[in-house]
Amino acid sequence: MHLTLDEQIRENNVDNKLLEVKGLTVAFKKDKVVDDISFDIFAGETFALVGESGSGKSITALSVLRLLPNNAKVSANQILLNNESLLSIPEYDFCKIRGKRIGLIFQDPMSSLNPVMTIGEQIAEVMKIHFDYSKEELTPAVHKLLEQVEIPEPQRRINEFPHQLSGGQRQRIMIAIALAGKPELLIADEPTTALDVTIQAQILELLKTIQKKTGMSLWLISHDLALVSTMADRIAVMQKGKVVEIGSTNHFFKQAKHPYSLKLLAALPSMDSCTNKELKKIDNNETPLLKVESFKVYYPIRKGFFKRIVDHVRAVDDVSFELKQGSTLALVGESGCGKTTLGKGLVNLIPTTAGRVLLNGIELNQLNGDELRQKRSVIQIVFQDPFASMNPRMLVGDIIAEGIKALHSDINLVDRQQRVANLLKQVELPESSALRYPHEFSGGQRQRICIARALAVEPKLIVCDEPTSALDVSVQAQIIELLQKLQKEQGVSYLFITHNLAVVAEIADEVAVMHKGKIVEHGHVEQVLTQPQHPYTQSLLDAVPVLAD
Amino acid sequence: MIILWTDTLIYLLVIAISLAIFFIGKQPQMRRPIKKIGASKTGMISLVVLIFFVIIGLLDSVHFKSTESRTHEIISLLDYWAKPLREQGEKTYSAPFSTQLYSKETMTADDGTTQWGYPRLKFGGAHLQNPEAEWKMDVFTKALIGFGKGAGLFALLFIFFWITLHKNHEHFFANPTSKAVWFVLFTLISKTYMLIDLSMYYHVFGTDKVGEDVFYQAIKSIRTGLVIGSLTTMIMLPLAIVFGIMAGFFRGWVDDVIQYIYTTLNSIPSVLLIAASILMVQVYMSNHAEDFNSLIVRSDMRLLFLCLILGVTSWTGLCRMLRAETLKLREMEYVQAAQALGVRRGAILIRHILPNVMHIVLISVVLDFSGLVLAEAVLSYINIGVDPTTYSWGNMINGARLEMARDPVVWWSLLASFIFMFSLVLAANLFADTVRNAFDPRRAD
Repeated sequence: MHLTLDEQIRENNVDNKLLEVKGLTVAFKKDKVVDDISFDIFAGETFALVGESGSGKSITALSVLRLLPNNAKVSANQILLNNESLLSIPEYDFCKIRGKRIGLIFQDPMSSLNPVMTIGEQIAEVMKIHFDYSKEELTPAVHKLLEQVEIPEPQRRINEFPHQLSGGQRQRIMIAIALAGKPELLIADEPTTALDVTIQAQILELLKTIQKKTGMSLWLISHDLALVSTMADRIAVMQKGKVVEIGSTNHFFKQAKHPYSLKLLAALPSMDSCTNKELKKIDNNETPLLKVESFKVYYPIRKGFFKRIVDHVRAVDDVSFELKQGSTLALVGESGCGKTTLGKGLVNLIPTTAGRVLLNGIELNQLNGDELRQKRSVIQIVFQDPFASMNPRMLVGDIIAEGIKALHSDINLVDRQQRVANLLKQVELPESSALRYPHEFSGGQRQRICIARALAVEPKLIVCDEPTSALDVSVQAQIIELLQKLQKEQGVSYLFITHNLAVVAEIADEVAVMHKGKIVEHGHVEQVLTQPQHPYTQSLLDAVPVLAD
Repeated sequence: MIILWTDTLIYLLVIAISLAIFFIGKQPQMRRPIKKIGASKTGMISLVVLIFFVIIGLLDSVHFKSTESRTHEIISLLDYWAKPLREQGEKTYSAPFSTQLYSKETMTADDGTTQWGYPRLKFGGAHLQNPEAEWKMDVFTKALIGFGKGAGLFALLFIFFWITLHKNHEHFFANPTSKAVWFVLFTLISKTYMLIDLSMYYHVFGTDKVGEDVFYQAIKSIRTGLVIGSLTTMIMLPLAIVFGIMAGFFRGWVDDVIQYIYTTLNSIPSVLLIAASILMVQVYMSNHAEDFNSLIVRSDMRLLFLCLILGVTSWTGLCRMLRAETLKLREMEYVQAAQALGVRRGAILIRHILPNVMHIVLISVVLDFSGLVLAEAVLSYINIGVDPTTYSWGNMINGARLEMARDPVVWWSLLASFIFMFSLVLAANLFADTVRNAFDPRRAD
């Protein structure tokens, strides 16, 4: 008899259920955020809970650890950890579970460490709570943990503060803290979402190694199906508080049954989508819309009493490229590589140090004052965070109309309202949205409003600064579709800034890879993604988690 | 009719506020927050209380020359109506509702014998033949009658509104908020009437050292409190908002200059500045005695200058907060998006920055309000506050300092000023809270 992996695990681990959750329900007031879900996590396995934002996956983990705010009502038929009921443990004893038997890693390593304590102290604090270490034993133990999470030079790092570490290193410290109690189960809530792909790959690798060494179970919470496919043994898909499908990873990716799972899989941007792309008919002799020549943005480093400039941070260092009318150039790179600075520099939101930017025949960064204001409509920007990019106290209609008001003061109120209504229609939002406030919309809808705001002044080029990275996959697919539709209809060009290579494959005609302020590779999307020349591009591509076949 | 300087400013302020409310009410997107205020119980109740205080303050701001007395002194409408309160003074301290003085004196009886005891008051309970026996019953019936009159007046008012509004505007009567408002109105009107009736026969809050009615003092202090609170704010707000936002938004040398100004201002003890300016005003007034011929004109001028100098010294705290908030806001993506759209800097400041710092302005203004009334008390203590002849809670509290040291303790001045100040500041606080919530679109209805 041939057993699937799922069944094999079950066969071997009948008595080996580490965590058993039955009929868990969490409600805030009357909204059921988690609705009667049941699942098991076996000893030594990696279990992934997948779902879009708001599906209740983090709440599920927090409710098991009793970390929810007081207004949450949690009820469950059974929560067993190694056959011991967690529900019957009183609160004062629960700290023996939390951090000791179940460890937890959060998403944002920037805000989960205390900035005024050294990392050594923070790890030692947890160890002191759970074990009786004497003072002499403590430092070597912390040292050992740091080695375990592969922090280079632990001797020195132990006395450093969180701000002295990089994001990836901080997440390693978080893992070290979670491991300090020697947990049987480690809950990782979106552990790599805030990190770059190459760092993400390293952290995931680390988690795997540690799991192998210690034999603990890993409960991974993620929205990223591709990532999950490389990590998990079993997958549970959550939608609106319910587990809609649960099964082994292999089984799931081959034969997912539930329509929601299928929808999630279909929405995944795929790296292959660039291969069969029809080439846009672009006249190569046409003068390019945007021509950037040795563009530089430097920030001075000042030192000493008189604040003399001793050096510069070269955020964007001598970058040149061209962008043709109606095409999309993707700017790819990791955080801190200068891609956003380049985008903002092109839109003239930050002063440029040197270089020529010829946009539609105008040199924007040579203009000043009112002249610059009038010409600004040529290039617009759509930001990453749909929650911070709109004034919360303005109506959506006013937000969209702002550019029209500023640049065409001759247009009267009725015409302006008409144009706003048209724009809303173009981005597929109901006309009534104009009289509502931004907070009444979801992330994807807000991003549509931002696109409408940019379109309002009829720009030739829109700089899209990670417009989809704060959105769920299915919403991301819709926004990309919308951007493509608008390009077809209005011939607008995009400079698409992103770190997500799969999205690049979907939308871009050309790709420029940025590394430390310089463009290291530039070419047609298929060529760059399939035959990368530069070693950095190669390492980027290697780090991308790809759906396991 | 005589218009004093502060009167003018108060009228201007009232006109400005009414115009602002009128124009805000006209805009369609503003209807929702206004409805939200209307639906909030605490908001509406505190608004009723506030309006009550403001009406008293306004009545006290209509000045004219009295035709009755020989001196032709300047009195206000409130003084005119509260004439019995104003004129029926006693010799010295008497407790609330008392019929005799608070301290023993040698009295000469009709038959010429001297006696050591508590003399009867000239006005408080003077109508009673046998105070000990009748006093309790009399106070009770007078209170009841006053209450009844007030209730009657309220009933008339209510019936009037019922007839005119009930058909078309049923919500003025049906929902819980309006019920609460009617109840508060009822309480206010009946209690006020009760106090008025009682104060015709008794000193409701007792009398002070020179025998003046404390209730009258407390009512008169309402205007002083409102003037100090609102005029100072009017001077302070533009300075704080303009400088704070500009420093935060433009940074660079603008920020440097503004920071130097407020650091300098902050490092000079404000008492010094206040003392200097008050003394200057006094010198000016004594040099131009012909322009300041009346006591009330002089004290009004001093009050105005106190507001002015308090305003000039107190904007720095709010300015600092607004600068910090603006520094944060200017990096927000919607500000950058507006820049990219070619919106003028001025428009960005007014449309994007200002509305998003208003919650800070509102809260700190209301919190400062109580601080200012108290500051006035502290300044009165070192004689650089309002004129000693001006009625103010600060002066009352200042006087109470010595009264609390007496034995037996004279507590009613402090209590009266405390009750009035407390209800005004509390009402202002609660109302500001409601306004802030209503105008924040992110808060659910």
